[in-house]
Amino acid sequence: MDALQLRRQLIEYTAELFSEGFLDEQFTQLQQLQDENNPDFVVEVVSLFFQDSERLLNELAKSLSQQEIDFKKMDAHVHQLKGSSSSVGAHRVQRSCISFRDFCNAKNVEGCLECLQKMKHEYSLVKDKLETFFDLEQQLSTTGGSPPPP
Amino acid sequence: MLMGKAVSEFHVLAVDDSLLDRKMIERLLKTSSFQVTTVDSGSKALEFLGFRQDENSRSSPDPPLDSSNSSNQVVEVNLVITDYCMPGMTGYDLLKKIKESSSLRNIPVVIMSSENVPSRISRCLEEGAEEFFLKPVRRSDLNRLTPHLMKTKLKHQEHDSVTEDEEDEGPQPPRDLTTEEIESQTQQQQQQPHRQLSSNNNAKRKSMDETHSPEGTRQRFADLAAHPV
Repeated sequence: MDALQLRRQLIEYTAELFSEGFLDEQFTQLQQLQDENNPDFVVEVVSLFFQDSERLLNELAKSLSQQEIDFKKMDAHVHQLKGSSSSVGAHRVQRSCISFRDFCNAKNVEGCLECLQKMKHEYSLVKDKLETFFDLEQQLSTTGGSPPPP
Repeated sequence: MLMGKAVSEFHVLAVDDSLLDRKMIERLLKTSSFQVTTVDSGSKALEFLGFRQDENSRSSPDPPLDSSNSSNQVVEVNLVITDYCMPGMTGYDLLKKIKESSSLRNIPVVIMSSENVPSRISRCLEEGAEEFFLKPVRRSDLNRLTPHLMKTKLKHQEHDSVTEDEEDEGPQPPRDLTTEEIESQTQQQQQQPHRQLSSNNNAKRKSMDETHSPEGTRQRFADLAAHPV
């Protein structure tokens, strides 16, 4: 695929991610903070998001498997995850965190368990999408094509 | 525009327990040409500021703005921006400690939070915070910092006219840091063009007048009451 085709594909793919609600305006803000002096800024921040998410989703699963569930601790974890996802613009993950918080506040264990599954699902979707996005960007840059403006 | 001191000479101390958010705020601030130091806790922030326990509530008039401490390390911080929710010392606790310290209380403090809780916002403003930013923080939010930095600068100049101080001569020379725990400190020498983002009129964001009111927190509290959050 040549640079022009790749560029078009990237633009279309990005538009899809936004229209399907995987990403929101905050992701654009991130992209605007990237420049020639900080060319990997978005990748670095998103990597931190991946790390945070994996750790926190594990913590939540662990908490929910305890005999005595520590709702306060879970609330702290989901608060962090909500923060990270909001900072990178991972909109659907952020929304699922809000739902989880509601269940957590109501001490509804079943609700939490179900919601955690949803959160894991949303996370794996957006991770996939973002990895594809970065891959397309990388391909474009390899062909020497100019990146579309955010 | 900033009366003798370029933006690139303003040093901001950013406090957040989240590595991701520290990275974000650091980049945001550097894009606006500030010098930035980040730390991951309130206690490390106080350490960096050279906070001394025995200086609490001393009523000395117009203390110097730079935070000199007993170990002879002088690090000038022009603004502290801190997350509210942090384990151990919260942003509010940090704010209180700064405002109760005779040597630090003139440093403007800004609180950030991912949660829009009106009582939290007013509590912080009452305690002396200059601004309250909702996360995720945007570059347009940082434009609101300028008046507070200018106020600091003017106060500093007043102090300088009494004592002969060389603070205003030019860019600050690199300083030795007291602690290795400081996350990052690099100098941003170049002025980058300011992207003027359209101001956010979302009711969730706290709207503030650009011009700084000398009446301080009471004025802001009145503003808060007038603007639905």
